[in-house]
Amino acid sequence: MNKTSNQKAWFFVLPVLILVAFNAIIPLMTVVNYSVQETFGDNTFFWAGVIWFQEVLHSERFHAALGRQLLFTFTILAIEIPLGVAIALAMPRKGIWVSVCLILMALPLLIPWNVVGAIWNIFALPDIGLLGYTINSLGIDYNFTRQPVSAWITLVVMDVWHWTSLVVLLAYAGLVSIPDAYYQAAKTDGARPLAIFRYIQLPKLKRVLTIAVLLRFMDSFNIYTEPFVLTGGGPGNSTTLLSIDLVKVALGQFDLGPAAAMSLIYFLIILLFSWIFYTLMMRNEEQ
Amino acid sequence: MATITLKDLRHSYSATPTSEDDWALKRLDVKWRDGGAYALLGPSGCGKTTLLNIISGLLTPSSGRVLFDDEDVTDLPPDKRHIAQVFQFPVVYDTMTVFDNLAFPLRNRGVPEAEVRQRVAEIAEMTELTGMLKKRAAGLTADGKQKISLGRGLVRSDVNVIMFDEPLTVIDPHLKWQLRSKLKELHQKVNRTMIYVTHDQVEALTFADRVVVMNFGQVVQIGTPVELFEAPKHTFVGHFIGSPGMNLLPCQVNNGSAYVASQKVETANKLAGPAQGRLELGVRPEFVNIGSAGLEADVVRVSDAGRYRIVDTRLGDHLVKVLVSEDQEVPAGKTHLSFNADYSRIYQDGWLAGAEPAA
Repeated sequence: MNKTSNQKAWFFVLPVLILVAFNAIIPLMTVVNYSVQETFGDNTFFWAGVIWFQEVLHSERFHAALGRQLLFTFTILAIEIPLGVAIALAMPRKGIWVSVCLILMALPLLIPWNVVGAIWNIFALPDIGLLGYTINSLGIDYNFTRQPVSAWITLVVMDVWHWTSLVVLLAYAGLVSIPDAYYQAAKTDGARPLAIFRYIQLPKLKRVLTIAVLLRFMDSFNIYTEPFVLTGGGPGNSTTLLSIDLVKVALGQFDLGPAAAMSLIYFLIILLFSWIFYTLMMRNEEQ
Repeated sequence: MATITLKDLRHSYSATPTSEDDWALKRLDVKWRDGGAYALLGPSGCGKTTLLNIISGLLTPSSGRVLFDDEDVTDLPPDKRHIAQVFQFPVVYDTMTVFDNLAFPLRNRGVPEAEVRQRVAEIAEMTELTGMLKKRAAGLTADGKQKISLGRGLVRSDVNVIMFDEPLTVIDPHLKWQLRSKLKELHQKVNRTMIYVTHDQVEALTFADRVVVMNFGQVVQIGTPVELFEAPKHTFVGHFIGSPGMNLLPCQVNNGSAYVASQKVETANKLAGPAQGRLELGVRPEFVNIGSAGLEADVVRVSDAGRYRIVDTRLGDHLVKVLVSEDQEVPAGKTHLSFNADYSRIYQDGWLAGAEPAA
């Protein structure tokens, strides 16, 4: 074997290395750097070891925010996934209504996130908002700026409104790609609609739904803009989700060490959940 | 179990068919014997899948009736017709085991579990799936999956007809032959009506007792493989079946007899009516003799096809293919061709002279 040694090839890799370094590695390492040091300003840093991690992991405030975050994420997943599949099943498969439905579905996804928050904030205001006013005139006491339950319901409904479309579009794409022969076979086998859903549609949707759950899990776990605009984390701390809490710690209190430790823990939680879920879903897949 | 009768069947995919070309199926009258093995053979787009879908109930014909025995099933949906279908690519329920796949049609119909188990065991034995009953269907190879789809049809005792829509398309070549003989064997065992749609003449001729040849939305000929080979009713059959296909030579007809290059050619049929339209003499390469007597021709090329040789000759402006055995001498240059009179026929506008169009 005659290997030619050509070190010049490294130059071709360099641009990518620089790009990745600037957009991922350096920012992430900065956070790691902060998480193991203490600073008293003036850009002087002292080694702090794992103390910030210990502090965050033992802090009740973090536990509460994480609890709220998990509750929020699993609530919206439990609503958006089944609802998205149901809407996709109900959508027409051909004709002009397909485009109409697809455009209607895509609309919420096109609105900037802070605008979504602003829309729902005004929409749900009890005195001037259409939704808030209507609910109150039905005799139900509803005020999302003062009642934690109202705030939560508004937050969940807003997220369902904003993101169910994504699940619908993914599920619809999965549904239309099922060949007709499967439905024909099911018909001749005498399968009822429920059996068709259970044994044909659902198994064929497995891959797209895995992607949908992963996307919605990661996005909702990272959610910041919409609740920030809608409730700002209130009333009290009732809708302070992880990222809102993180921003309060990092930019409000300027506790860089704990904030950095929190970021890393937060990041690892998302990574771990996604990995476990994906591995479980894909363990029976053929290659 | 039923005799299937198609009466005056026509179908068009357009709501208001205006020209003859708008009809995917043009007038069909066919009777399928109970327990027969039929093949529907024709090129792509000839209407065979349309016909299959009409029989299975996935399509309602524009006009005409479909009868199973004496019952009119034209407007019945597939699940009420007691039919089974095997598709081009394997359709299995991925998440179920092989056993559950085979049991699915029975369970949907509320058959008691003990009977389900017995039937599935029986069918699994027949289709050689017994060893895999506990496996997930998704893990099987393509031929295994096709056996499952076939098994789901066989498992029901009420099935009138099992239809195959080019079922060997995705099967590896060396398994095709095996699966085809398995099908043939199963047909003899269960004695169900089977309709096999294909554009492959080898598949059709080896599987079926009777082959229905279709072209341009009509049935061109129904016959045994031997009939199709020896006495094609239409030049299309002559050309589509056989390898190489039938030779067709323009001819003149005088008093019902054919003349090629001003020489009289003895034929198996005579033209009864007036000599008009496109007149052709059809004879298969197998029934042309090269020798010292007959019509003058030039040898153009000799190609070896293994057990025999194909000789291309030029007779006037037309190419005539001749099959000769490996050991026969083939003269170079000028030679003479003679046609076996029993297998030479006159065709008028494509149709065999003296025969009514099929269907």
